[in-house]
Amino acid sequence: MINRDLVIIGGGSAGMAAAVAAYDHGVRDILILERTDLLGGILNQCIHNGFGLHEFNEELTGPEFLTRFANQVKERGIEYKLGSYVSSITRDKVVTYSNEEDGAVQIQAKAIIVAAGCYERNAGAIGIPGDRVAGIITAGQAQLYLNEYGYMVGKKVFILGSGDIGLIMARRMTLEGAKVLGVAELMPYSNGLNRNIQQCLKDFDIPLYLSHTVSKTIGKGKLEAIEISQVDEKLRPIPGTEKRFECDTLLLSIGLIPNNGLLDNIGVAQGRSRGSAVNEHLETEIDGIFSCGNVLHVHDLVDWVVSEGKVAGEAAALYLEGKLNRGSKKIVTVAGDGVGYVVPAEVDLEEAPEKLQFKFRCRKPTKNVYITYSLNGNVIKRFYKQTIIPSEMEIDPIPKSLLTEEGTLTVSLTPKEVK
Amino acid sequence: MPTELTCIICPNGCHLTVDDNLNVTGNKCPRGVAYGKQEVTDPRRTITTTVRTNSKTFAVCPVKTREAVAKKLIFKVMEEANKTTIAVPVHIGDVVVKDIAGSGTDLVATRDIEE
Repeated sequence: MINRDLVIIGGGSAGMAAAVAAYDHGVRDILILERTDLLGGILNQCIHNGFGLHEFNEELTGPEFLTRFANQVKERGIEYKLGSYVSSITRDKVVTYSNEEDGAVQIQAKAIIVAAGCYERNAGAIGIPGDRVAGIITAGQAQLYLNEYGYMVGKKVFILGSGDIGLIMARRMTLEGAKVLGVAELMPYSNGLNRNIQQCLKDFDIPLYLSHTVSKTIGKGKLEAIEISQVDEKLRPIPGTEKRFECDTLLLSIGLIPNNGLLDNIGVAQGRSRGSAVNEHLETEIDGIFSCGNVLHVHDLVDWVVSEGKVAGEAAALYLEGKLNRGSKKIVTVAGDGVGYVVPAEVDLEEAPEKLQFKFRCRKPTKNVYITYSLNGNVIKRFYKQTIIPSEMEIDPIPKSLLTEEGTLTVSLTPKEVK
Repeated sequence: MPTELTCIICPNGCHLTVDDNLNVTGNKCPRGVAYGKQEVTDPRRTITTTVRTNSKTFAVCPVKTREAVAKKLIFKVMEEANKTTIAVPVHIGDVVVKDIAGSGTDLVATRDIEE
């Protein structure tokens, strides 16, 4: 068995940022294991711009953004292995990976950072009625085919789900000459960023059907048409509202899920984001195993993925120096009214830094509310928001000085009183 | 009549109102003012797409217009980009098509491809 100080699983934005931060805090024996043949993860196929406004103060495309981080990794001489698939980790921090050159290898790591990203919900997850035909694929898969391999998956396209990847693909396929007939969204509001509704749909007069879903797929062998229906308040299709679209492709942009199998398989406690429960240092319940980026909770901005990677990298460096301890006093966070999940799941009152960040997503679009942080029922901080929407992660700074006692920190949305 | 816009400069996506005298409201940052004025008088977009390569490993290379181009030129830019094949090595910022579609700006590479 090979011994390494720090093994990072995933060479995307989170993994690269974690590696660079760990290196800059003194760790020298680092190995990044990346499943694909490129560093950069999902950014390789995100050729559109809009990345890096926070991290670099300029607007970059995905490949430009990842190249800056890949260069930081390479300049430091941090070792990485591509085409290397991690099949398991153990609670004792044994990492098993395999690739063509090395075969199957076991590494005894002192610390592990899991930065394995997320995956797309697919057709099987929602069970659309109708014919089982070719031509129904996830938006991200279509993006990979087009932007990395250079071929189009169809000419007449309908999109289910208004997540950002679906919106970006509506524009991308339109630019490449496809006819995008429309986007159906189950909820009464879009799940994408406002700017993407504008620049990907409105710019090209692509209709967005809110409170609609695909109620039937039609075809023999290959998709020929779909039917969409309006849904009622319980999200069930309403008979008689069907509209038919002749199309050869149905793209699905129906959500992303943390790719957290490695940690789930060894029973690490989960958070409500479907990633693992972590503390303020992004450390899981197992000492020296950290989680960051989309494998912890799905982000909308890569800049926040990077900042999370840095937190995990720095924490791993502290851990390897023996300076990351667990105190006996802690606060557990709870997602209260209107809040889907909160990261971190707990805060160590003795070891936490002075400045803390809490991240969450709301459950549905809400106007005129306070984000309220209550410690054991007493309000310690409120932030007023004109609007808050599920597609944008909320990040709030809370100074540790406000966390004066052990117990439960509840994050909830409370309506602003109307006078 | 005032125009209602969604700012596309950053992911905040501010809801802007631009009146007839080009006064912009609803913006969270100064870039929203510039965007609101520009969008009402001369709408522009940065185009990102790919061009074919002679590389062994990358079938296509991602590219972008260095500056935003007039919205009406979008499909003309695409047409020219789709006729283009580049030779590797290519590096980020290398000009792929000079003054593409007469837009006044260049199409540049956004990925390093060595071979």
